[in-house]
Amino acid sequence: MSFNNLETLYRQVIMDHYKNPRNRGVLEGDALTVDMNNPTCGDRIQLQLQVEDGVVKDAKFEGEGCSISMSSASMMTQAIKGKTVTDALKMSKLFSEMMLGEEIDSDIEMGDAEALSGVSQFPARIKCATLAWKAMEKGVNDK
Amino acid sequence: MDVKAIRQMFPILDQEVNGHPLVYLDSSATSQKPISVIEAVENYYRFDNANVHRGVHTLGSRATDQYEGAREKVRRFINARSTGEIIFNRGTTTGINSVALSYARANLQPGNEILITPMEHHSNIIPWQQAAKATGATLKYVPLQDDGTVSLEDYRKLVTENTKIVAIAHVSNVLGTINPIKEIAEIAHSKGAILVVDGAQGVPHMKVDVQDLDCDFYAFSGHKMLAPTGIGVLYGKRELLENMEPVEFGGEMIDFVSLHDSTWKELPWKFEGGTPIIGGAIGLAAAIDFLEEVGMDNILDHEQKLADYVMDRLRTVEGIKIYGPEHRAALVTFNLGDVHPHDVATAIDSYGIAVRAGHHCAQPLMKWLNVTATARASFYLYNTEDDVEKLVDGLLKTKEFFGNVF
Repeated sequence: MSFNNLETLYRQVIMDHYKNPRNRGVLEGDALTVDMNNPTCGDRIQLQLQVEDGVVKDAKFEGEGCSISMSSASMMTQAIKGKTVTDALKMSKLFSEMMLGEEIDSDIEMGDAEALSGVSQFPARIKCATLAWKAMEKGVNDK
Repeated sequence: MDVKAIRQMFPILDQEVNGHPLVYLDSSATSQKPISVIEAVENYYRFDNANVHRGVHTLGSRATDQYEGAREKVRRFINARSTGEIIFNRGTTTGINSVALSYARANLQPGNEILITPMEHHSNIIPWQQAAKATGATLKYVPLQDDGTVSLEDYRKLVTENTKIVAIAHVSNVLGTINPIKEIAEIAHSKGAILVVDGAQGVPHMKVDVQDLDCDFYAFSGHKMLAPTGIGVLYGKRELLENMEPVEFGGEMIDFVSLHDSTWKELPWKFEGGTPIIGGAIGLAAAIDFLEEVGMDNILDHEQKLADYVMDRLRTVEGIKIYGPEHRAALVTFNLGDVHPHDVATAIDSYGIAVRAGHHCAQPLMKWLNVTATARASFYLYNTEDDVEKLVDGLLKTKEFFGNVF
């Protein structure tokens, strides 16, 4: 492997989300708040969701971590905003499958999050990529 | 010390990772194993495997002789007074927990204090938090100096008649700080406290003489000193161990069992409930043979030179921040500009270089350093200046890579 392979992991769009995170911040008013961390490495996310009538109206996150975990959080919030909770959970399942290196065959658009497919080649980093999605699942399931 | 010859004894080092020769810089997490250790364990299972202390048959005697022979070897290696003071267990974590569960629970009461430092590994923090909660004692911290060392002045102030237990790492697994154990033991004893030492990063790298240090307990792990995982040692002074209750009860550790009461075997076996880690102890004995053949003083000398070299070379990398004191063990914890340590570790892994990234099981210390994570390169007797050069080269390339994509 060389840095060429690294480029399959650290794609431009990922770096863009890391440097310019979307939906970073705190939601005003009533929101579901989920704190989650990856105890083995110290990555940490606080995710806030505003869910009305089964639809994710808004999502914001705060946190600290590597480029993969933070860009994934940015992409995840972008992907689920405006979607139904059911679709958001479907996306999360698809994302997990993508991390296992499986081909995604679905009519659901994952948006930029699909750029993280290269993570499947770096098993040690899969937990970084799935942190935000797991937080989202916890948030809507606990509701 | 012929490092080239030493490297040849470690078959695992002779491989390519991601198309590059492996550069293993994670020995503080776990060391690699020489062929002699691998063979000692293999031979035990191939020819001598039996349970210990109970078989009348020949294999039982062989296994017992080797297991108890390993204990004597450890005793000599750290210069304990007797083999009764050498308890085999699963590792440093188990050793410290044993002291916290047995000695601390029995001897602490409200108003008493346990004194530790913010540089400790979680395994030398949480057992004391739990002991404090269970007994009503107070957990206190000796502050760190700016360079990540402790001051004996602080110890003289903070150790009082209320202090019952002082616990500290011999060598910090993050900062590389080598702590003045002998001096701290003297201060602790002057007020009637005992000293518990986390020796996980100490024993593998330098000659340790527990009588000279005069610590009361000293816990360490085999796997960080060339032995297999799953074997560790708790040294304790006999008079303390004699008065402690076992932590685990069951087979192997009893003297006599009746329906409602039992008595314990003598030291050290009363602390070794269940079938012990026989193969691991035999591997540890082979590891000690290897280390003594090279010579602990030679190993320390080699690592000190390497530590100086790596500090000099890493400082040439622009944007690097190195944590910890100037004089240190052969491990360096750092951050590379804004690049997250996980990303650094992934990037240099693509060049075959293995370093640790994360909080190193030391979250309070991360907080003290005001970081969430760091990268750490750690060195052992088989590492060379060439490894350091490859690390520096890998870091420069990493900077370039992330400089371009950012």
